[in-house]
Amino acid sequence: MTERTGPGGTAGTSKDDKGGAEPTGGEQSSAERSGPDHEEHAANGGTAPEQGEGELAGLGDQAVEGGTRPAPAGRTREGMFGVRGSGDTSGFSGLRLPAYVPAPAERPFGGWFDDVVDDLVAALDERGTRGAIQQVTIDRDELTLYIAADEILNVCRTMRDDASLRFELCSAVSAVDYGVDVPQRMHVVYHLLSMTYRKRIRLEVALDWDGGEANPHVPSVVEVYPTADWHERETWDMFGIVFDGHPALTRILMPDDWDGHPQRKDYPLGGIPVEYKGAEIPPPDERRAYS
Amino acid sequence: MTTPETDLYAPERETTEGTVYTVTGGDWDSIVDSEHDDRIVINMGPQHPSTHGVLRLVLELEGETVTQARSVIGYLHTGIEKNCEYRTWTQGVTFVTRADYLAPLFNEAAYVKGVEKLLGIEAPERAQVIRVMLMEINRIGSHLVCLATGGMELGALTGMTAGFREREEVLHLLEYLTGLRMNHAFFRPGGLAQDLPEDWREKIDEFIKVFDERLGDYDKLLTGQPIWKQRLEGVGYLPIDGCLALGATGPILRSAGLAWDQRVVEPYWGYETYDFEVPTETGADCYSRYLVRVAEIHESLKIIKQAADRLEPGPVMVEDRKVAWPAQLSIGSDGMGNTLEHVRKIMGQSMESLIHHFKLVTEGFHVPAGQVYTCVESPRGELGVHLVSDGGTRPVRVHMREPSFVNLQTMPAMSEGGMVADVIAAVASIDPVMGGVDR
Repeated sequence: MTERTGPGGTAGTSKDDKGGAEPTGGEQSSAERSGPDHEEHAANGGTAPEQGEGELAGLGDQAVEGGTRPAPAGRTREGMFGVRGSGDTSGFSGLRLPAYVPAPAERPFGGWFDDVVDDLVAALDERGTRGAIQQVTIDRDELTLYIAADEILNVCRTMRDDASLRFELCSAVSAVDYGVDVPQRMHVVYHLLSMTYRKRIRLEVALDWDGGEANPHVPSVVEVYPTADWHERETWDMFGIVFDGHPALTRILMPDDWDGHPQRKDYPLGGIPVEYKGAEIPPPDERRAYS
Repeated sequence: MTTPETDLYAPERETTEGTVYTVTGGDWDSIVDSEHDDRIVINMGPQHPSTHGVLRLVLELEGETVTQARSVIGYLHTGIEKNCEYRTWTQGVTFVTRADYLAPLFNEAAYVKGVEKLLGIEAPERAQVIRVMLMEINRIGSHLVCLATGGMELGALTGMTAGFREREEVLHLLEYLTGLRMNHAFFRPGGLAQDLPEDWREKIDEFIKVFDERLGDYDKLLTGQPIWKQRLEGVGYLPIDGCLALGATGPILRSAGLAWDQRVVEPYWGYETYDFEVPTETGADCYSRYLVRVAEIHESLKIIKQAADRLEPGPVMVEDRKVAWPAQLSIGSDGMGNTLEHVRKIMGQSMESLIHHFKLVTEGFHVPAGQVYTCVESPRGELGVHLVSDGGTRPVRVHMREPSFVNLQTMPAMSEGGMVADVIAAVASIDPVMGGVDR
């Protein structure tokens, strides 16, 4: 442990800054995010600040070569209502808000976050895994580690087995689709829980996927966390992310022969004709009106 | 094959896996004869009274022993998570409440806890106490359904009638307090939809009196009953390491001896100030899970009493007018709607109030960008909600970590190698609610 602060260290944690008289305001929020790093971040126009090589928040060998890669988490917003091409005369159509990008946290992280990150870095070094951590983000008192896709299995195994970490329970595996035009739009999210130390942590993998025909791939963590079996099947079903090494990656909620992955942002809500017993049932908006 | 005559409605058919028979009742001997071995793959459900909802089980049997068991889900998938992305943050409550329909208030609780964390606000004291009280009432109802349907599936029909009778008391009370029996949509980001009715205290006292009288009946009816014990003891065994590997939480984990309860380990809404125990057992079997649930009903009753005693008058919604719902509800001659004073104000007096009302109701409030994972202890375990906001008035992603979904994965581990009748007991002890499993 190098830079240890007592509990309640504030750098990077935004909890203490929030909860004022009007915490939400009426404004769009990315520019209002509390905490110094957020403001600096917004001033940079939503791109991740440059980091020195290998000097990512003291991660040593674990930092990805060449500093951080931006981990986008949102689309740019224009105007007040998101209306386009309507001859908006409100005067607000010129508003431009950059996409929200989670800001990298700076040392000291505060609380137990420094300990966990240091322990993880040490444990990964010990096991010969390098370049696993892309970014550390602390937001609303929650620790998020952005992990390189091909190292997620090693990181999960280390998280479970290392005596100083002991994240025994994988609460959930899921994905987030940040939208069609967002680079690295597909993120796989792992929520781990250490019952020994009573800590929760989020691992996030931003997948290099351009939205093309080929599905994005990520290694499966079922061999480390058997509970991830159904979670990964659901994520495949809903987002079309292929978990390499999963024992039986089949659809789980949708019918086996369903086309498409419903929770992708380019998949519509409703309007899908459904085939049932050989007959095709049109989507609700195309059915006969009975009035 | 010696079917006497072909059944018109359920004919057999040939597949690549062999002959598929549809059994509509009758004798096994008419179907299974000497030319087959004892290995039978049977499909059970999704429309079967003993599978605890629209759950389909595919069981491979050697005689009466289950060699492999798999569950097939998705029959109740309604796209709750996808739908939430097309509604405001407040409207999301009415979607998530429909996931686990036996514990609707817990879905709402996990969701609003997440939204409040994203917003950086906290509900007022009175709202938190009411939330705790309502959740514990709901927990009793949910556990009673588990006992009732579990009893029914095992043939203990008196358990069913007793359980549903008591659950009716729970639903009556919830209807009186929140306006609806199920799918209340009563918790809102920032507080509650409205305050409790004026005579809530009498109703709660009546409820507690009834339960103090009747809860002992379950011990008389089931706990010591030899048949009940024989059906459950040593059945559906899942020790603590199996629970952790498969992600099982809630009564399953506590029946294996680990006192893990979100209300205690990560307290929220003042749970740390209530005096209650986390019941555990060490049997790790169906009977232990039954005992844990009955004990939890008693503990919930304790919490309800404490919450009712400490409930002070005060606001039930945050002061922030940018988040708080603009209107208060009241019951008029034509049903429930906005209060007359509010309508009078926005229609007759204040244009700004009308604009504010319109904006907040149609567009909703902006939630600062970021993501959170929050969880509450539902009757079935850790109910988590992962929320992602991009700063807009609608969520980018709402994911529910449903304990039913996760716990159902333990079914093969509990039932493979056992008797086919014990599969029913194991599934009943997991207590999956398919609305939550499929969402």
